[in-house]
Amino acid sequence: MTETVMVDSARAVDWWAVVKEAAITAAIGLALTVIMVGLRTVESGGGLIIETHLTEVAWFVVLVFVGRAGMALLRQGVAVPVLVVSLAVAVGCWFVHFPSSVLQLLAFTAGAVLAIRALVLARIHRSPLSAQERDQRMDRLGARFQDAARYLGPALLAFAAVLPLLPFADRYIIDIGTLALTYVMLGWGLNIVVGLAGLLDLGYVAFYAVGAYSYALLGSYFGWSFWVCLPLAGIMASCFGLLLGFPVLRLRGDYFAIVTLGFGEMIRIILLNWYNFTGGPNGLTGIPRPSFFGIAVFERSPPDGVLAFNDLFGIPFSTLQRVDFLYYLILVLALIVNFFTLRIRRLPLGRAWEALREDDIACTALGINRTNIKLAAFAIAAMFGGFAGSFFATRQGFISPESFSFMESAVILAIVVLGGMGSQLGVVIAAVLWVGLTEFFRDLAQYRMLAFGLGMVLIMVWRPRGLLAHRDPTLLLHPRLTARQRQREAENRA
Amino acid sequence: MTAMLTVSGVKTFYGSIEALKGVDLIVEEGEIVTLIGANGAGKSTLLMTVCGSPQARYGRITFEGRDITRVPTFEIVRRGIAQSPEGRRIFGRMTVLENLQMGAVTARAATFDRDLERVFTLFPRLKERLSQRAGTMSGGEQQMLAIGRALMSQPRLLLLDEPSLGLAPLVVKQIFEVIREINREQGMTVFLVEQNAYHALKLAHRAYVLVTGRITMSGTGAELLANPEVRTAYLEGGH
Ligand SMILES: Nc1ncnc2c1ncn2[C@@H]1O[C@H](COP(=O)(O)OP(=O)(O)O)[C@@H](O)[C@H]1O
Ligand SMILES: [Mg+2]
Repeated sequence: MTETVMVDSARAVDWWAVVKEAAITAAIGLALTVIMVGLRTVESGGGLIIETHLTEVAWFVVLVFVGRAGMALLRQGVAVPVLVVSLAVAVGCWFVHFPSSVLQLLAFTAGAVLAIRALVLARIHRSPLSAQERDQRMDRLGARFQDAARYLGPALLAFAAVLPLLPFADRYIIDIGTLALTYVMLGWGLNIVVGLAGLLDLGYVAFYAVGAYSYALLGSYFGWSFWVCLPLAGIMASCFGLLLGFPVLRLRGDYFAIVTLGFGEMIRIILLNWYNFTGGPNGLTGIPRPSFFGIAVFERSPPDGVLAFNDLFGIPFSTLQRVDFLYYLILVLALIVNFFTLRIRRLPLGRAWEALREDDIACTALGINRTNIKLAAFAIAAMFGGFAGSFFATRQGFISPESFSFMESAVILAIVVLGGMGSQLGVVIAAVLWVGLTEFFRDLAQYRMLAFGLGMVLIMVWRPRGLLAHRDPTLLLHPRLTARQRQREAENRA
Repeated sequence: MTAMLTVSGVKTFYGSIEALKGVDLIVEEGEIVTLIGANGAGKSTLLMTVCGSPQARYGRITFEGRDITRVPTFEIVRRGIAQSPEGRRIFGRMTVLENLQMGAVTARAATFDRDLERVFTLFPRLKERLSQRAGTMSGGEQQMLAIGRALMSQPRLLLLDEPSLGLAPLVVKQIFEVIREINREQGMTVFLVEQNAYHALKLAHRAYVLVTGRITMSGTGAELLANPEVRTAYLEGGH
């Protein structure tokens, strides 16, 4: 990790230094909490009285002391005992009664983080490999993944295509599949900005929202069909992308991230407060459902003169038909994004995005107009976000600002980053994992997020560039080597 | 006849810091001109100012008779100035071929293959490494790539910022040999910024010395190489 640790098991532990460090930190913790947490003013019968919460302060100080001691020990190279104790704390804290749940959370987080760091340290101890060799091994693993991807990609696609036909695919499974594909599409869309062009966009959900509201409003006020509104919603979102991007893309990375974050919140707050137009917090209901390409509708008894989907094909009516149709719709929409990305990576524009991510000063020196190139990435990604938004609106039939919180942006970004920036398959895996795990751990309620964070930390420790970060060249003159062979070759030469 | 590049009275600022304090120089067509100076003298700043990033606050820069002082950088490259920036700045995760393609973004697509062949004639090594990730190559190879990438935009003026930086003496010799070849065989005009004064002066037709943002001396390469002041300031203590 950050500190270089002297690996010297024979060296005695300097206990005095450990205790001193922990005690100093605990004292600071005490000073900070004794007033803010220990004393609390409470209204009681007309006057304010001061309540004391000294047990909580004591718990806190003990936690800080133990945690800091653990960190100090890790720095001295003591891995295994710290690992055992911190794991015990992380697990044990769920069985002990704490005076407040915040303390419990704190204990868990501290234990988990320490445990991870200890685990990493223990691995470094045990493995005789240098950091570079470990990196290389990881790269080789990535290359192997890449080779597998050549088969895994089509296999996953085939599976996705036949999923609704499989016997076990009930409505619940299809719904989850649809949700996962929505995240895949959003991930692929954001990947254009973050993974290819290297711009950290923290407000992608804004374009999702613009797309959703565009469809909802156009569809319900003018009665236009989904198929007319879909491109319009994409154009609308794209315009918002240009509008935001034009002033903002001149900013450097970190400022850019902050402004996009603000923009995302702004859109949400406007939607929340523009009551007459957007319905405010109540959202919009009765959003038209999609038709079968304007030919037929998914209803048991359609109005006069309108064809029902089941009659069109002469099959019995089933509510699953619409669900399946929506599933295939998002599958196709997502594949369009994927196809677009794969194509554009081979074109000058896409290659310029990747170059921009690597070194924007060099790009300027090569005569690339950075602002225009970034703007293109931003607008295109926004358009795909808008498509996904309209799909979301037509699928739900109801939208409200709640669906477009910063949390959504964070999840989409996490899917892109954890999947391995720029890797299409990585996004799929991360999106499926995210949707699958949140479903699986539904009972854990708010602790899901904690588990999610933990997973993120783990991936960042083991694979800082994401699950599948091995970049495949877009252009080769030589016969196709597998990624693994190429990796080998590069190593031999280096 | 007007010079290919003229820089007159150029002052460049970083905020309130004056990095160039009124620089005048010219580069004639077909020449190799070098600018030598100590670390921090403002050599890179001058090169970047020619490219318009940062732009000169005062003074005037012309290229082939046209004023480019306020022209945006991407447009300057399109007009025929290419540079290999300080520290090479190749795209490490992209392949050699992809790097060369990036160099050609402003060039006509029709001549791509011919330009590529020309770069390979200069640097046969790059041809062998075509599908290798550029970041895994040696420093010398990366420098070759940086120059090759600049040449892909079909420039008429080539700007090189310290191509010898961090390279072994033997490799430096090789690189300078190629620069001479580019100039002789292709008639390319070269403006070379260097700290490695000995090699640069031997190569250049004419040279300027830059000291803290001002030109203090100029002359032919051989003149400056023989100049005692230059010798004590830039050449003593080995090269
Ligand atoms: N981006 C920058 N911001 C502020 N000052 C800079 C910047 N780049 C260079 N300088 C300053 O300008 C002066 C000239 O730098 P530079 O042109 O890089 O010199 P050289 O290339 O001759 O080593 C130095 O004092 C340097 O600190
Ligand atoms: Mg410099």
